Amino acid sequence: MSYAIDPGQAKALLEMEQRGSFPDPRGRFGPFGGRYVPETLVPALDRLEDGVRRYLHAPEFQQEFSSELHSWAGRPTPLTHARELSRRWGADVWLKREDLAHTGAHKINNAIGQALLAKRLGAKRIVAETGAGQHGVASAAACARFGMPCVVYMGAVDTERQAPNVGRMKLLGAEVIPVTSGDQTLRAAIDEALRDWVSDPAGTYYLLGSAVGPHPYPYLVRELQSVIGKESRQQIVERAGGLPDVAVACVGGGSNAIGLFHPFINDATVALLGIEAGGRGPGLGDNSATLSFGRPGVLQGCYTMILQDDDGQVQETHSVSAGLDYSGVGPEHALLMATGRVTYLQATDDEALDALAECCRAEGILPAIETAHAFAGARRWARDNPGGRILIGLSGRGDKDMPTLQKTLLRGKL
Amino acid sequence: MQPHETIAHAIAAAARKGAPAIVAFLTAGFPRKQDFAAQLAAIGEAADVVEIGVPFSDPMADGMTIQRSSHAALQQGISLQWILDTLSELPTRPSAPLLLMSYLNPLLAYGLDRLPGAAHAAGIAGFIVPDLPFEESDELRTALESEGLALVQMVTPVTPATRLAMLCQSARGFVYAVTMTGTTGKSVAVPDDVLDYMDRVRAISPVPVCAGFGIRSAEQVERMAGHVDGVVVGSALVEVLERGDDPASFLRGLRGG
Repeated sequence: MSYAIDPGQAKALLEMEQRGSFPDPRGRFGPFGGRYVPETLVPALDRLEDGVRRYLHAPEFQQEFSSELHSWAGRPTPLTHARELSRRWGADVWLKREDLAHTGAHKINNAIGQALLAKRLGAKRIVAETGAGQHGVASAAACARFGMPCVVYMGAVDTERQAPNVGRMKLLGAEVIPVTSGDQTLRAAIDEALRDWVSDPAGTYYLLGSAVGPHPYPYLVRELQSVIGKESRQQIVERAGGLPDVAVACVGGGSNAIGLFHPFINDATVALLGIEAGGRGPGLGDNSATLSFGRPGVLQGCYTMILQDDDGQVQETHSVSAGLDYSGVGPEHALLMATGRVTYLQATDDEALDALAECCRAEGILPAIETAHAFAGARRWARDNPGGRILIGLSGRGDKDMPTLQKTLLRGKL
Repeated sequence: MQPHETIAHAIAAAARKGAPAIVAFLTAGFPRKQDFAAQLAAIGEAADVVEIGVPFSDPMADGMTIQRSSHAALQQGISLQWILDTLSELPTRPSAPLLLMSYLNPLLAYGLDRLPGAAHAAGIAGFIVPDLPFEESDELRTALESEGLALVQMVTPVTPATRLAMLCQSARGFVYAVTMTGTTGKSVAVPDDVLDYMDRVRAISPVPVCAGFGIRSAEQVERMAGHVDGVVVGSALVEVLERGDDPASFLRGLRGG
């Protein structure tokens, strides 16, 4: 529980991380992670952990997972050379196109994998939470594909700012329940999904959408999302003739980032850069930059960095992007920061929107506002490292963000 | 007597009179901060053990009532520090043993090094931490034991038999047997299988067993008699306080009188 990592420990923890020692048998990434849940959920998490051990790396499961990723979700996703951004930034910029995966974001990788697992575990129904709605849409689609009922909890603030995704979920057959308790965003949606699960731990499968929560979720989601980094690594070596100098991803809970970063963890020459939502600025409640401004604590099942006050009350967050608007972060990111392997910086709302506009015009791609944070961070990195080769995780497309963009970038222009 | 023994003792003494002991829960400072001391005195008279809820921003094991009371208490600035200070300053504390019910993060923020001493000084006999399963509890358990404080263990209808035995053996104060899967507050019927489950827990527990979640009526309490040593009354009591009704007469009503 104690959190004080000196440089010697940081080095030892990084070596363990690079050897694949985490999570350890107690679900820890160094000091972070673990399993802090009501007793009712312990047997359900034990069953899930047992299922993960039995199926996740079994050839038959992997074959079905790969086949669904390929023939239904459209993987492998392309690696695009960003010609105009490269010219403008004085860099060699490559985009990993998760926006071209089915349903428009990386979330589908996890949703397919967990839905397949839920079937094998004999679940009767699926519950999921969603922030931006991308995980909700991915879950709804995967449940439709595999014939399972799906209930999605979504904060009432998010049902409004991501309205197009609410409609998509409903068309795909999911029941969408707006959450009016708590902060009415992703954190409240997770609380509500946990309450649903605790009511029926045997029959319900909780399809958690990010690399957060109690063990084994952070591990399970990382494994399912690592397809992003594995494909990217191979593609960039083939296309550009070598590894990138830096890989950049946005970080909310951190599933697309851990998926992109993890396969590069042992590549000493590849810098890894996570960009959090800097919101309106550094004040408590003005951003959701958990790793930059948080302190360790327990939230929603795991010990990790949290935006909290001195009394341990979890703080509300702000970000223009619903998908990054979360007070916690995956425990493996907390470890990667503590060991220095990944650098975590922020982009403000305005920087992200500006980067989004630039990507649209330069590359003909509308990225999600979440993703735009990574572009803002990459642009800054390019300024400090002229001529570098940059891999950006283009985690999702921005069509869902039209209501927000009409109120921001497009205000007065329509 | 160690503080944790006062809890077991109070429950057993009440249960010997023939009806289950009443463990009463209130959210500190709800509905009004300035009424806390008076509420505590009234509830402490009528109940055998009092559980004081530390409000938390993310009460994931709780239903609507305690989410609402927790939120309202936070709005008034209630914190663990405020609760401990207020208890320390009371001219007289209830004779019923006091427990703190808190999610883990406020305890971590307070500091596990200074928590046991401060809690003991404020007259607290033990803790209930709903998001702390046994496997993660070593550090807090050890810290609390230094002052003889209880860490109450929860068990549920879906807890496997071998785990149930392990949890009961580690329990101090009482075993909190959750009546159902789900969050707090939903009223439940008491079917025979719930009574069988309570009997199973009681047969192996070295400390008293109290049933909690959804206890609202004298009928439920009467049906539990002989199967449990006590009942925990939470959401129903919080609703009484919210309406401004008399908590003591509600609690006496649960005993059927």
